[in-house]
Amino acid sequence: MSSGLDNLAANSLSEQVICLRATDLYCERDDRVLFSGLSFEFGAGQIIRIAGPNGSGKSTLMRILLGMSAGYEGQLSWNGVSLDNARYDFNQQLLYMGHQVGIKGNLTPEENLKALNPKVSKQDIYNALKKVGLLGFEDLLCSGLSAGQQRRVALARLFIEQKSVWILDEPFTAIDKEGVAELESTLLQHAQNGGLVILTTHHDISAPVTTLMLGQDSTGHL
Amino acid sequence: MNAVSIFKRDLLIAFRNRGELLNPLMFFLMVASLFPLAVSPDPKFLGLIAPGVIWVGALLATLLSLDLLFKSDYEDGSLEQMLLVPQPLMLLVLAKVLVHWLVAGLPLALMAPLLGLMLGLPEGGYQPLIISLLLGTPVLSLLGSIGAGLTVGLRKGGMLMPLLILPLYIPVLIFAASAVQSGVDGNSYSGHLAFIGAYLALAVVFAPLAASAALRITTAR
Repeated sequence: MSSGLDNLAANSLSEQVICLRATDLYCERDDRVLFSGLSFEFGAGQIIRIAGPNGSGKSTLMRILLGMSAGYEGQLSWNGVSLDNARYDFNQQLLYMGHQVGIKGNLTPEENLKALNPKVSKQDIYNALKKVGLLGFEDLLCSGLSAGQQRRVALARLFIEQKSVWILDEPFTAIDKEGVAELESTLLQHAQNGGLVILTTHHDISAPVTTLMLGQDSTGHL
Repeated sequence: MNAVSIFKRDLLIAFRNRGELLNPLMFFLMVASLFPLAVSPDPKFLGLIAPGVIWVGALLATLLSLDLLFKSDYEDGSLEQMLLVPQPLMLLVLAKVLVHWLVAGLPLALMAPLLGLMLGLPEGGYQPLIISLLLGTPVLSLLGSIGAGLTVGLRKGGMLMPLLILPLYIPVLIFAASAVQSGVDGNSYSGHLAFIGAYLALAVVFAPLAASAALRITTAR
């Protein structure tokens, strides 16, 4: 029954309004301007790659979007409402994966995913683990898995949670070649379904992406 | 992720790490067993200092375990996920604190009579000792979560947390130890316990709020 609900949610994804807009963002850190006058508008169906050299503020920009950093000036809005006020709506749509993926070493992949998504059925978790190539590992403790496998456990959330906005900080880290290709097609699929993907990566992606360049002239440009 | 799933997850993790749970209990036991050796084995004297020794031991044992309240969540990124859950963060914090009390505070309260026996606590002291620990240890966990939240991001926060939290623990310590003393002396101790109860009620309401604010500050690098 729950998978039926999930399908329903997946279908309705395309009808949701998604508009994440930034106007004139300015951020400095340790007396160094990371970006100023940064404006953008992200919408449904886009894959946005935030690019730039190390230390150019990619993760900082993500943390600002997530509401975990208040050290900025400028306006952020979600579907026309200031992001600070729309935080609840935004977080309901949001799936975030950071450098640390939030997987507990002394829980199994299944228990980890269940803790993150208490309402999801066992079958859906199995299906997701199958998609990330971890079938047969669901009863092993995550501390016994390799770094890439642990990341795959976290990536299984992409198939479980019906969220429209994905913010992924370096999702390809420790993932093998085939995994990268599969992940890319997953991201593409999500965008085609009307979702929004914002990611940082140093990998070359074959999928069509819009690149937001940070750090060259301290003004981000698309 | 929600409060219930965090509660279940943390209980499961605590169960898998049950060796670590013994540390505060061992510490508690060691304090009580070293005192007679170091001070005086005279039962009369020990009975006199038992209420204070047991309560100080329980308090320090709790402090010892509080360090880990948010540590692993901070390190593996679960804390960031908690902050993004569209649910009041204080509920999630409350769930974590509840687990902490169940695995750290409650065992201390249950073990205390044994320590009372070892230290020759007079008969009238057992009831107030157990009740004061049952009421007081949740306060220690709740208030401790504020300090743990504030210091979780610090690499060398070892001594800072106790310094921040101990002043808030003092009222509990004073009233709890004197409740036990009153019991030993055969006087009424309900007033002392009522104070600890009131402190607990306040802590349940405000500590998760303060702790979640502390966590947001810590993670806003």
